[in-house]
Order: sequence, then structure tokens, then C-alpha cells
Amino acid sequence: MPLLELRNLSVDFATASGPFRAVDGVDVSVDKGEILAIVGESGSGKSVSMLAMMGLLPWTATVTADVMNFDGKDLRQLSPKARRKIIGKDMAMIFQEPMSSLNPCFTAGYQIKEALRLHLGLDAKARQKRAVELFEMVGIPAPEERLKAFPHQLSGGMNQRVMIAMAIACNPKLLIADEPTTALDVTIQAQILDLLTGLQRDTGMALILITHDMGVVAETAERVSVQYAGQKVEEQPVADLFATPHHPYTSALLAALPERATERHLPTIPGVVPGQFDRPEGCLFSPRCKFADDRCRTVPPVPASADLGFARCHYPLSVSAEAEA
Amino acid sequence: MTAPVVVADKLTRHYEVKRGLFAAPGIVKAVSETSFTLEPGKTLAIVGESGCGKSTLARVITMIEEPTSGSFSIGGVTAGPDTQAQLRTDVQIVFQDPYGSLNPRQRIGSILEEPLKINRPKMSAAERTAKAREMLALVGLRPEHFDRYPHMFSGGQRQRIAVARALMLEPKVLVLDEPVSALDLSIQSQILNLLVDLQERMGLAYLFISHDLSVVKHMADDIIVMYLGRPVEMGPKDLVFAHPRHPYTKALLSATPVADPKGARQRIKLEGELPSPLNVPPGCAFAPRCWKAEARCRAERPELEGAPQSAACFFPEG
Repeated sequence: MPLLELRNLSVDFATASGPFRAVDGVDVSVDKGEILAIVGESGSGKSVSMLAMMGLLPWTATVTADVMNFDGKDLRQLSPKARRKIIGKDMAMIFQEPMSSLNPCFTAGYQIKEALRLHLGLDAKARQKRAVELFEMVGIPAPEERLKAFPHQLSGGMNQRVMIAMAIACNPKLLIADEPTTALDVTIQAQILDLLTGLQRDTGMALILITHDMGVVAETAERVSVQYAGQKVEEQPVADLFATPHHPYTSALLAALPERATERHLPTIPGVVPGQFDRPEGCLFSPRCKFADDRCRTVPPVPASADLGFARCHYPLSVSAEAEA
Repeated sequence: MTAPVVVADKLTRHYEVKRGLFAAPGIVKAVSETSFTLEPGKTLAIVGESGCGKSTLARVITMIEEPTSGSFSIGGVTAGPDTQAQLRTDVQIVFQDPYGSLNPRQRIGSILEEPLKINRPKMSAAERTAKAREMLALVGLRPEHFDRYPHMFSGGQRQRIAVARALMLEPKVLVLDEPVSALDLSIQSQILNLLVDLQERMGLAYLFISHDLSVVKHMADDIIVMYLGRPVEMGPKDLVFAHPRHPYTKALLSATPVADPKGARQRIKLEGELPSPLNVPPGCAFAPRCWKAEARCRAERPELEGAPQSAACFFPEG
């Protein structure tokens, strides 16, 4: 049984101009000790689907799902109180902006010990010991000193390490990292990614990595799920996805990478991601797809078989990316 | 070889920061002794991590800030207080965030006409409008966009407007400060293609500032790698990417993720972080993080040496 299983997850937001569907029928399943990457551009619903699962969305959001199981528990049936016991303990999240997700009024030590007190009920001495141990684990030099530091006294990379230490404080079974390195420099990014994959290897936790950076995906993930405009359009093991993308969107996205360019002009995807008011009728990608025909524009496609990467396309591709470009 | 359009000679920009009522003010050495030349129709990329001084350099070249010492010339005219008005039209800048760089209360038309209004006072209103419409078409926007407001556009379209505004005065040099890092991948390639086309058509020189090495590799002819306000390596793109000579360049290249799951690579892990520019270590600024550093590196500062690919290191690679 997978550690986390979401079937047909949808999230609707009630906005002033009518309902808006941010996540549309997404399936996610993660096994123990696995690294799943969720890739997509802004507005593809990758963060919202994870926030919905954690129960962190505002009241304007309506979350529906056929299945929402985590570690044998049905998240839909849980009371808010029981859910709070799981969140931050068995299931933890790292957010994109370390500077704005830490509380500037409290020291890093206070914030990390809060989780230890609430979830594990450790006494003051044990909390201090564990906090020092966690800071060492994430590679923060002089941990005793840094526990007394406020977030503004630490650099972005250090703050992200504090966030990671906080997230892994209670040995979670699942860690969700939402763009953990986007705000950081590449040399620091490399340190943080090594840290995350190292922790995943050592502790056997599952890791969901939300990102838009194809380079980060290629270097860290085992399985990749591609989202577009709220839908999952494809899912494949990482090597296969980069070698033979089946959905035209994935293929176009990979071709648009500057490092894959063979000539001065890059292949582009015309147009923009559909918004609230210009959502197409059939396939959501059809207005930007070079293969689209009338069927694509009228009939929404259903996910294809597993050997075609569950591609949500009427005409999944099966040529390799290199041959295509 | 054509005459260079920008010649920068030992550009330096320091900032003074107060450190309390009685303490002596600190000096932030944002950019120190940076020299380079840029030829028309070429792209010079400046790469480095945050705090390395690449944006300060962009602001100095655009004459938003004056250099503390050193000088630069554009098209043979040395920049200074007397020549500022003349040179302002020769160099223009495109900023990183297209959401913050356009006035939300101005229509696109008036955004594009404003530079002409100020710098070409003799031009008639009809001429201005005609030029603005022409520029709108050139950057791939439709005529009906002329009367719209910035909030009606997506990030990619806004960046096109920002490029159009920068080109209204027909500059010789365009400074691009992280022009695509706020954009999604599928939009990024559209803007990069636009920049390539415009360069070919108008013979523009680009000063391309970016931290994204894969974009730089695609766009640049020459490249300067900066670390803590100083260039540590400089040279033609192909040479720098194929055989980095400075250890920092090597580490930077190896830390950049590559979108190829098959290519298992040796990643050089840098310990620690960028030192504060308030307190630059004596000797080589990179020495505290460098795996090759010796006593000499900590005491003496290496100068840029070698041509065409120069590196500021006592023990360069290869």
C-alpha cells in the first residue's frame, strides 16, 4: 500500500468573479522512501494540491477527492484536531521562501523546539539536545549559537536549513518540499539538495519535491509527475520522462530548455497558460499544441495507459525527445 | 575586429553604511576594479551569485549610479556629468521583474512614448505615436495593445513591453538585468528568441546579467564570472564553459543542475557561504571556500591573468 494516495483530487476557489478550479482531478501516490517530483509552471496547481492535502488552504477553497489516504488513515474523515496531530509530525512541509515562513519575532531555537514540545512532548533538556542534534544534521555550524539567533541574523541558505531541521524534527514519514531552492544561489542549492536526498536515504522518508526547474528534477527525482493548468498531464520515471516524453506539453517544455538548444533560436510554446476565463473546452493544452485537431479542441482527453506515461492526450507521442528535436 | 561600444576601465563602486551612532561607517565594496570591453552586436554575460555585484555593475553602466572610481565610455564618449544627457539615450536597461517595472497607471502607448517625450522634445506627437506603434509590432505585440494597461498583460508580454520601452531611443547598448528569471520556462524561450532577433536586426550590444548558467550558455559570446565584487574569470563563452580555470567557476558550473538524468556528474561541494561584502577577506576572496587555497591565497590578492581566457587565481586549472 502506498504511503500517500490521492485519487481525483480537485480544489475549487470561490473568487469574486466566480468559481475557479485550481486543481482538476489529480492523482498522486507516493511509496515509502520514494522521491516524487511534481513539475509545472506557475498556476499549474502543484503547490495547491499539496496544501489541500495538508489542510492548509483558506476557507474559500473547496477540496474534493475520491481517495485521500495517508499512512492508512483517511484524511477526509479526520477531525481538525486529529489532523493537526499528523501535520508537522508524520507529514511536514518546507516552503519556498525561508525568510517569510519563519517567524521574525522568535529565535530559530524557539521555533524548532515548539514542534518538539507539541508533537513529542519532550522536556526542556531533551528539546535542547534534540535541537542541537537536528542543527548538526542539516549542517549548521556552531549549533548552540545559532539556536539563539533570530531569522534576520541568518542568511537565506541557513534559514532554509532551519526550515528543514524544523520539518524533520519529528522524523516525518513524508516530507513535502515546495520549491525548496528557488530563492537560493546555485552553490547553496546544491548543498540543500544533497542534504534533502541524504536525509531521505538515511531516514527512509518519502520526499515530494515541487519545482519548476527541470535540472533539479533530473538530478534528484525518481518519478516525475507533470502538471499543466491544474491537471496532471503525464507521469513517468525520471529517465524515461527525459528520454521519451509522451505528452506534447512535456515534450515542448523539454525542447524549450536553453541547454538542449541546437541553434540560435529556441523552440517555443506559443501562447500562455489558460486562466480563469479562457479555459478551453477540450484538452487544456490544445490552443498551444502543434498537434491539436478538432477532437482535441472539443473532447477532453483521459489519461492513457501506464506505458504511455498516463499522458492526458488523444494522440500521445512515442518518439524520443532527441529524434523529435 | 570592430571598435568596442563600451570600454570599462577599473570600475569601482563602494557604498558607505552607517553602523551605529559612534562606530566608524563601514564600506561595502559592491564592485571593485572591473574592466571589460563590449563590441556592437555581441553579448557579454555577467554571472555570479547574489551579492557578487552584478546588478551594481549594471546600474553603473546605465548611469543610474556613479562609479566611486574608474571610468567607462560608450561609443568613444567618456561618461561623466557633462556627457550624461548625451549618453543616457545610448544605454538602456531592462529590469528583472516585469510586474514592478511598468507604471500600472500608464497605458502601454504612453509608457512607450515617454522616453521620446523627454529626450526628443522636437518630435511631434504624431511621429511619437507612429514610432511607438512600430516598436510594439517589432517586439511581437498586437496594435490593439497600445491603449491597454500593464495589468492586462501576462509576465512574458510585460517583459516585451519593457524591452520595447528600452529600445525606443535606439540605444547602442542594452543592459539586461536578469530578464527572464521571473518568467516560466515556456515563456522564457519566447523572450530569449526575441532578444536574439532584435540583436541581429539592430546590431545591439547586450550586457546580459544572469545567475542562470544554461541561459547564459545559450545567449552569451563572452562571459565574466564575478565573486564578491571582483571578476574572477573572463573570456569567450566556449572556453570558459569547456575549461573553467578559476576554481569558483568550476564549482559554479558543477553545481548547476543539468536536465539530463543519465549524466551522473561529479559535483564540487563548496563549504560555507559568500562572505559579507562589508568584510572582504584579505587576499583572494574565494580562499575561505576554496579547496586549493594555500597560505599565499590568504595573504595576497591574485590579479586577472592570461588571454583570451583570464583568471584571477594563483593555481588556475589546466
